[in-house]
Amino acid sequence: MTITQKNHLRCVLVFGVLAALFVLSAIAYIGIGSVKIAPAEIFRVLFGQGGADATAYSIIWRIRLPRLLLAALLGGALSLSGFLLQTFFRNPIAGPFVLGISSGAKMFLTVVIIVLSQNMAAIPVGITVVAAFIGSMLSMLVVLAFAGKIKNMAVLLVIGIMISYICSAITDFFINFANDSDIVNLTHWSHGSFSAAAWQDVAVSAAIVLPTAVAVFCLSKPISVYALGERYAHSLGIRIKPLRIVIILFSSILSACVTAFAGPISFVGIAVPHIARTLLKTSKPILLIPACSFGGAVFCMLCDLVARTVFAPVELSISTVTAAIGAPIVIWLMISRRVKHAEG
Amino acid sequence: MRKVDGGAPAKLAVDRLSVGYNKKTLIADISFSLQPGEILTLIGPNGAGKTTILKSITRHLALISGVVAIDGSDIERMRSKDVAGKLAVMLTARTKPELMTCRELVGAGRYPYTGSFGLLTQEDKHIVQQALETVHAEAFADRFVSEISDGQLQRVLLARALCQEPEIIVLDEPTSYLDIKHKIELLEILRSMAKNKHITVVMSLHEIDLAEKVSDKIVCVKGDSIADYGTPHEIFTDERISALYDLERGSFNALFGSVELAKPQGKARCFVIGGNGCGVAFYRALQKRGAAFAAGILAQNDVDYPVAQALAETVVAAQAFMPFSEELFARAKAQIDTTDFVIDAGCPIGELNRANAALLKYAKETGKPVITDFNRLAEVID
Repeated sequence: MTITQKNHLRCVLVFGVLAALFVLSAIAYIGIGSVKIAPAEIFRVLFGQGGADATAYSIIWRIRLPRLLLAALLGGALSLSGFLLQTFFRNPIAGPFVLGISSGAKMFLTVVIIVLSQNMAAIPVGITVVAAFIGSMLSMLVVLAFAGKIKNMAVLLVIGIMISYICSAITDFFINFANDSDIVNLTHWSHGSFSAAAWQDVAVSAAIVLPTAVAVFCLSKPISVYALGERYAHSLGIRIKPLRIVIILFSSILSACVTAFAGPISFVGIAVPHIARTLLKTSKPILLIPACSFGGAVFCMLCDLVARTVFAPVELSISTVTAAIGAPIVIWLMISRRVKHAEG
Repeated sequence: MRKVDGGAPAKLAVDRLSVGYNKKTLIADISFSLQPGEILTLIGPNGAGKTTILKSITRHLALISGVVAIDGSDIERMRSKDVAGKLAVMLTARTKPELMTCRELVGAGRYPYTGSFGLLTQEDKHIVQQALETVHAEAFADRFVSEISDGQLQRVLLARALCQEPEIIVLDEPTSYLDIKHKIELLEILRSMAKNKHITVVMSLHEIDLAEKVSDKIVCVKGDSIADYGTPHEIFTDERISALYDLERGSFNALFGSVELAKPQGKARCFVIGGNGCGVAFYRALQKRGAAFAAGILAQNDVDYPVAQALAETVVAAQAFMPFSEELFARAKAQIDTTDFVIDAGCPIGELNRANAALLKYAKETGKPVITDFNRLAEVID
């Protein structure tokens, strides 16, 4: 078997397993919970062959399905956002959470919600998304300003973590001044959770995430060359500046959407692209972009399933689970890169 | 636009170019023109601006003034994509992309020709394969870039530039990080590419000896303008190269393209009787120990002569193809009288250099120690 055939096979295998995992984890996600629902029942409810149990129907359509879809959409968005940042910084440890971008978005959003809730009964979804986007763009600009001066990625990460702490401190400070009813929600949300998922959230995030993901996929050709160095990409006729702006913009839109609907979720943006690269053994964006999107969806579904069920009725925050899996991957990545540099 | 030979415009013409960063001119008034298949090399000291010139030609830096033209058309007016189809750049990579095979890296060069998603057609794959063969990289084509050596990477990067099917290739120090074998290999590939595929090459090199041998035209970059522009034959004289690199200590021999370190200072301590290449090792050993010496009697067309000229305090030399005169013999004897000892480098004695045998005899008669063993040199000097 030639190497090309081997690579093809690997590709088919990875995407096949991913598709199977997607279906299986969706069934598990819907089936497992305080009320257990058998797979047959799930199919009856979803594909409407009548005779479905009314309780199951309502649990699935009103609670579990929107939450599943939101977790899948935002998980994909998060890992795609991480992939874009890693391309931008040419470093596999970059991600919206570790660079402090998620926390920046969280802070901005918290302030906006608290200020607005003094005057408004309900805050429109659109405003939260816009606020999260502005917040993540602002923190992205701060990170870029530092990145311009500091070439050392480890230092940049430390700065990102410090930005996170500062933003969290400010967020907590503002939460002290919130209405009692807001506090519960804000505290819960500020640690990351899909628990409040409603169909409206699914619709809005689908409207944002899906077109952005398609647009990113269409950029896979210039991104593949951008990853080989700016000067080289330029020599092939690519206009670097617009491409850089678009990469940052898409990455911010994606992570802002996640923050707006589920709060800051840690490490997915690093863990999933890394797993995708390792399994596919490639750096081709045309393969990695779909692999990250679907992989992120599966990863977040499974993590949320764990968060929701393992210590039921207590629900963990999603970041607790993603961090437990993602942080070791980041540590491992940093160590293995350090070793490689030492050898080189 | 300046025309060459009154006929078709040059493949690459650079006309009164001023280059620099942030609108500040570093080097002004750069002009040269190249025909298909010509190789032009930029030489000059570190930091002289070779890279700046190359970056400006490849449009990575905005021009301050002047024109760069391909086939007579100004590249600033051409579409980026069209330029990419004609001009390829080979940059020396300092980092290797991860999880990418050499073949994939080379395939990136097809960028200007592939569709919206950058997928390679059968024809593209064929061109990639050919490029890999041209640089003799088939053997490791399917290995990851992170696993190959720097020399192999340079060849892969050249293949990447090649499969862009350019008419012009610009290379920024393509031989850095390479050992001598790989340097020669790379330059040979460039030479045959230029000759067989009529690709015009513009590059910068640190190795002036190699630049002389591979190039059709040389540009010397120094200070704020082009110090010299011409054929290697015109440029590579001892004086021009020494001036270009400010070789106050050490020297450059244009004929051989070789470099010698600085001449030892002081009064000559010994007299080396050499010739026919036997003397070189002794001259250099003396130089390394900082011992000044005199050398003789050498014909000016002896291979020992250029090295002696560069390193010896005095050289007693005869004109090429002329017998050693009585007067030279007397001068050599006088030299021996002033030195502590004599080295017999072991040059065979023939029709024309009998005088050297006589010198050796004279040294022994006057009681000067005569050293013939190279390995004993160190203890005698120190």
